[in-house]
Amino acid sequence: MTGRPRLGTVALWIVSIAVFVYLFIPLITIAVFTFNEPTTKFNTTWEGFTFDNWLHPFSESSFTDALIESIKVATVACVLATILGSLIAMALGRYRMRGSAAINLLIVLALTTPEIVMGASLFTLFFNFGADRGFGTVVLAHTLFCLSFVALTVKARTRGMDWSLEDAAMDLGSPPMRTFWKVTFPGILPGVAGAFLLSIALSIDDYIITSFVAGPTVTFPRRVFDSARIALPPQVHVLATMVMLVAIAIIVAASLGRKERRA
Amino acid sequence: MATDADDRTLRQAKWAPYLLAVPALGFIYLFFLVPLVTLIKISLSETGQRGSSRVDFTWEWSNFSKAFTDFGEHLVRALGYAGITTIVCILLAYPLAYFIAFKVGRWRNLLLGLVMVPFFTSFLLRTIAWQSLFADNGPLLGVAETLHLIGVLDALQITTDGKILNTPTAVIGGLVYNFLPFALLPIYVSLERIPTNLFDAASDLYSPFANTFRRVIFPMSLPGVFAGTLLTFIPASGDFINQHLLGDVNKPVIGGVIQARFLQAGDYPTAAAISLVLMLIITVMVLIYSRLLGTEDIV
Repeated sequence: MTGRPRLGTVALWIVSIAVFVYLFIPLITIAVFTFNEPTTKFNTTWEGFTFDNWLHPFSESSFTDALIESIKVATVACVLATILGSLIAMALGRYRMRGSAAINLLIVLALTTPEIVMGASLFTLFFNFGADRGFGTVVLAHTLFCLSFVALTVKARTRGMDWSLEDAAMDLGSPPMRTFWKVTFPGILPGVAGAFLLSIALSIDDYIITSFVAGPTVTFPRRVFDSARIALPPQVHVLATMVMLVAIAIIVAASLGRKERRA
Repeated sequence: MATDADDRTLRQAKWAPYLLAVPALGFIYLFFLVPLVTLIKISLSETGQRGSSRVDFTWEWSNFSKAFTDFGEHLVRALGYAGITTIVCILLAYPLAYFIAFKVGRWRNLLLGLVMVPFFTSFLLRTIAWQSLFADNGPLLGVAETLHLIGVLDALQITTDGKILNTPTAVIGGLVYNFLPFALLPIYVSLERIPTNLFDAASDLYSPFANTFRRVIFPMSLPGVFAGTLLTFIPASGDFINQHLLGDVNKPVIGGVIQARFLQAGDYPTAAAISLVLMLIITVMVLIYSRLLGTEDIV
């Protein structure tokens, strides 16, 4: 790696740092505005410093309830999506099967369909069959868009696996179920866990599809969107910051765990 | 790219793969394919009497011509925003992906984790944060004013009459922010796969870096650029959140029109037709783009 122009490297550093700053400016803005004491209905202009919002983070109960609803939806939908998605990923990533190209295409298609089209089509489905929209339909919709995501992520993981370990276990007399739990499952677990966490993030943040299928069910993004141009208390920023902190903690813990195993 | 059929590591089994695949396939069939068919059916229907939410299937093709004549402007606006967003995203994501893949050594995973952090913060609040940053008395315009740049920015049409909020710039700024990680990750993955000894080989043969980049690195990262483009362009063209929160309320984009037609106007047939037109245009553009880039076998 010699003979690289130094000017280019410097430029690369500057651009990269600038992009990182760009990525984090809004996050810092959100965190800063949790300490704001707005005099208007909006928490978008800085007025004064206070700890009040952090002392009473759940005082805006409609937003708290919406966040709890979102967590419920995400939990059910992502467990379902992870099970269905991992199973189909095993089928595609491990076995020679008829129609695997068509199945791959279908999964990619489901992933790349614009949210607005997916939301619209689910709306027409539930409308056509006269289904009541609510918690159940939201869970179905979230399972759908997380499913294809999980399938592709886990499939990528199975491709990197050394399946001969399974043969070795079987040759040494391990029964199939034991082989699965002791060899196969630990092998795909990091992929499955990563896919699960990312689909939680997708689900908890979805507005567009949810708005089509939610009926009376109010998720956190829906609550925020509906009030964004009417009134937005600073507690919303506190709740979002809490979610962000939990996420950062999980990311840090996961990367530390990975390092330890390698060492 | 190797297809599944000639991959030697795959196993032969009679029932196992089908049993594993059936639950997910059933789900995708019921909640992805069937809904698309109902969407098509409703796009060719006619609304019943005023006040009733019934629709009747009558091969009503006029919904599609209405989609173009009444909402063509919104469609073009959305595609324009999405196009510019995609270009800016790739231009910003590529250097950062390259930086993380080759320049930071063992800090790779940490930096990748950091790139993902915005994903875990409510994207609505991130967009609302841009409201504060773009505001007329906000920090960005404050800096520009101190540097006496407003005139220049106005001339470049980045600001309009010294404002950013409620202009196309704000919408594109928000969109770029939202979709940058989607552009970055696939580019990173494709760069990371390039064996670094190819660089050494090139420089041993006295290839200047610019040449190595153009002949070796860039072509090998094209699948990532392709995937990043799709992951940015497709969601950006349907997005209306950024337009709603950062743009001019009188200039809606197609996604907002579709949602309002469905949920407020109750005009299901036209709304369904517009959704399908959007999907069709995107599909055609993706096919042309994949032909141009020569990466048809990406999936």
